[in-house]
Amino acid sequence: MKKNKNGRAQRIRDFITSAGFLAPSFIGVCIFFIVPFGVVIYYSMIDSPLHHNFVFLENFKNVLTNSAFKQAAKNTLTFSVTAVPLAVVLSILLASLLEQKIPGKSYFRTFFLSPMMVPVASIVLIWQVMFHYNGAVNEFLRIFGIEKIDWLKSNTFSQSVVVTLFLWKNLGYNMILFMAALNNMPNDLLEVADIEGAGSLYKFFKIKLRYLSPTILFVTILSLINSFKVFREVYLLSGDYPAGDLYMLQHFMNNTFRSLDYQKLSSAAVVMAIVMIMIIAILFIIENRYGKDVEG
Amino acid sequence: MIRKKRLITRVLFFIIAAFFAIAFLMPTVLTIADSFMSQTELNAKYGMVFSGTSGLGGTSYMAKKVNLVFIPDKVSFSQYSTVLFKSPDYLLKFWNSVILVVPIVIFQVVVASLAAYSFSRFRGRLKEILFFVYIILMLMPYQVTLVPNYLVAEWTGLIDTRWAIILPGIFAPFSVFLLTKFMRRISGALIEAAKLDGCNEWQIFIKVCIPQCRSALYSIAMLVFIDYWNMVEQPIILLSDVSKQPLSVFLSKINTGEVGLAFAVATIYMIPCLLMFLHGEEYLVEGITYSGAIKG
Repeated sequence: MKKNKNGRAQRIRDFITSAGFLAPSFIGVCIFFIVPFGVVIYYSMIDSPLHHNFVFLENFKNVLTNSAFKQAAKNTLTFSVTAVPLAVVLSILLASLLEQKIPGKSYFRTFFLSPMMVPVASIVLIWQVMFHYNGAVNEFLRIFGIEKIDWLKSNTFSQSVVVTLFLWKNLGYNMILFMAALNNMPNDLLEVADIEGAGSLYKFFKIKLRYLSPTILFVTILSLINSFKVFREVYLLSGDYPAGDLYMLQHFMNNTFRSLDYQKLSSAAVVMAIVMIMIIAILFIIENRYGKDVEG
Repeated sequence: MIRKKRLITRVLFFIIAAFFAIAFLMPTVLTIADSFMSQTELNAKYGMVFSGTSGLGGTSYMAKKVNLVFIPDKVSFSQYSTVLFKSPDYLLKFWNSVILVVPIVIFQVVVASLAAYSFSRFRGRLKEILFFVYIILMLMPYQVTLVPNYLVAEWTGLIDTRWAIILPGIFAPFSVFLLTKFMRRISGALIEAAKLDGCNEWQIFIKVCIPQCRSALYSIAMLVFIDYWNMVEQPIILLSDVSKQPLSVFLSKINTGEVGLAFAVATIYMIPCLLMFLHGEEYLVEGITYSGAIKG
């Protein structure tokens, strides 16, 4: 009985200390994220901050039928769908490349990682030199007789410039994650495969890739989140009013901030939060299915 | 025969790696190299790109095509001397970046290490739910989180002040997540030993936990620093006062004007990041690796 009481006192004491350590962060997160997000949800369902009439789904309907929002969502989605798989595949390739016996490996790692630490604002200028209508890339392509393309202003090619920039910046980080995962791979499995005469392609697709699946999931989520941040690159490259294909969700939000339409802002934010959570949940479910038979 | 084949594949891999290395390094190297070009040389080399938009023109010689320059014909420090001594505007913007980013990095790391200690030392159902909330928040893009941040800034009258960016930055959950991952790996025996020696929780935190996490703290500080050094979304929305905006936003605006200066400013802007990277690459790699252990 006495022991039980002691345990309880200890538990309460533990709870107070742990709450004390957590308090600064928790209070801040509540003030700046959780509580105002509750208000955002509330705002998304009323007609205006003055009248507070409850309209439920009206605002969502307005946002989802708004042509600018649809355009921005479509562009952001197109970008994510192209950039994220490329980021995953290319970074697996880079990580595998650095697994081989090549001289100067650690230098290569440094080189591949360096773009991550270079501010985008610093290199957009050279990006413009390269992708301008009269720029270096067109100059290079002319050798092969390809006609000049106005990369940043064309509707078909402008996204590819930003995809390149995105890959340049993010591949290094992803590569490090894959390198760590490859390092942790149990060797005996690969040895067995070797003894049984499995080819290197078989080993890669059937064994390594499966072991990498948690990392693939993580890198996918990370790249997805980073792909939503690509507004930075677009803004620095082409400002507030980019070519049609580069009009991203953040551009839509900026314009809505400018007009201070709280209802539109809030419901757009809520829609995006829901979509993000759904995408992440789906990815987790896929990984759970796919990754399981490896661990078993 | 086999040996020869192996040598060929190795050479092949090396060539691929070298190709990627050049692609990854080129933008950074070009920017730094071009910052040492005089205005005349810039006109001669890149005139075609910038002539339409800037006051470069004049009577000076214009190249018919763009030549990417790795080594300037004549090294000139004129751009730097202009930036450093004649146009205080750029230095002021640089200073703006510093006073926005440094407090965020310092206080985010402090607040996060307290919270991470709480998350890693004490567990329970409530803690797990809370940690999950932090992860969800971490995964939300700016399009979502800026709306609540804006509302708070408006209620408190902090809009258009630096605090509107600094305060939410301090409580961003990213480093809490990463540090918790790291602290969970500290051996329990070490903590028990400290307890037996009569340390209270605060002493364990300061004397055992923090020294163990030194490399993680360093790498998190780097990751947070580069993220905020790059910031674009927050200042455009929360700081409409242009004189307070950081260089990351301002750089894109001088891009079209004084190109030579822009290269020099861009180079100055990368210096803190590059120094950190060269000095702390190992820590950075370690930190990234831990961020990947999402299930750990």
